[in-house]
Amino acid sequence: MSDDMDFEEGGTVKKFMFVNRKAPYGTIYALEGLEVVLISAAFDQDVSLAFLDDGVFQLVKGQKTDGVEMKNFSPTYRALEGYDIEKLYVERESLEARGLSEDDLLVDVQVMSAAEMGDMMSQQDVVISF
Amino acid sequence: MKFSIMVSEGPYTHQATDSAYQFAKAALAKGHEIMRVFFYHDGVNNGTRLTVPPQDDRHIVNRWSELGTKNNIDLVICIAAAQRRGLLDENEAKRQGKNADNIAPGFRISGLGQLVEAGIQSDRLVVFGD
Repeated sequence: MSDDMDFEEGGTVKKFMFVNRKAPYGTIYALEGLEVVLISAAFDQDVSLAFLDDGVFQLVKGQKTDGVEMKNFSPTYRALEGYDIEKLYVERESLEARGLSEDDLLVDVQVMSAAEMGDMMSQQDVVISF
Repeated sequence: MKFSIMVSEGPYTHQATDSAYQFAKAALAKGHEIMRVFFYHDGVNNGTRLTVPPQDDRHIVNRWSELGTKNNIDLVICIAAAQRRGLLDENEAKRQGKNADNIAPGFRISGLGQLVEAGIQSDRLVVFGD
């Protein structure tokens, strides 16, 4: 990982991190955030996703949304691999504060401390939070 | 420095849009460039020309229009977020069979790719949200 931008085939490749902080259904941030992530895949950038605070709930297994008449969009997180988006980072403190562990999540993630997450953010060129 | 800005909250309901505007004005005053302001989530409501605030209050929509036109800033409203919230330009209104459009002068409607592109092409992308 370098701090400088890499140039491939004349195009700029930047390190993009999308930071997901909100629960999946109370507000629209998670759903619209995911839409940005999917679009970013078309730009051949170095994309990663961070999940912290209530954002960790976005990745919890077994979401059932019929009762609130909203679409369960959690299967989309499983499809991210197909878009070459494979760097999913989850903050350990946020999981623990909510009684969750890695086993409760529906995709493979890298769990890291808040301090490590901070380091990861400082290495990015672009950080967009939802 | 070349900046772009993302505004994630609606006018009058949240400080984010005021902060974004003040930031843009201050950056321009210091000789920086604002390449694009991208309006997402409820931020799209910054671009409806039907906004009529009380006369003794700031006019947030007109303020953006003036700043954008005067400084050649690309004011982009996300199409997906706009359609959900009832913001249409003339073309979109026709396409959707609606009898009105409501985009304010100086704004345009486009896709999420414009946000990712702003991240790639600007030195800094600054997010104003909740």
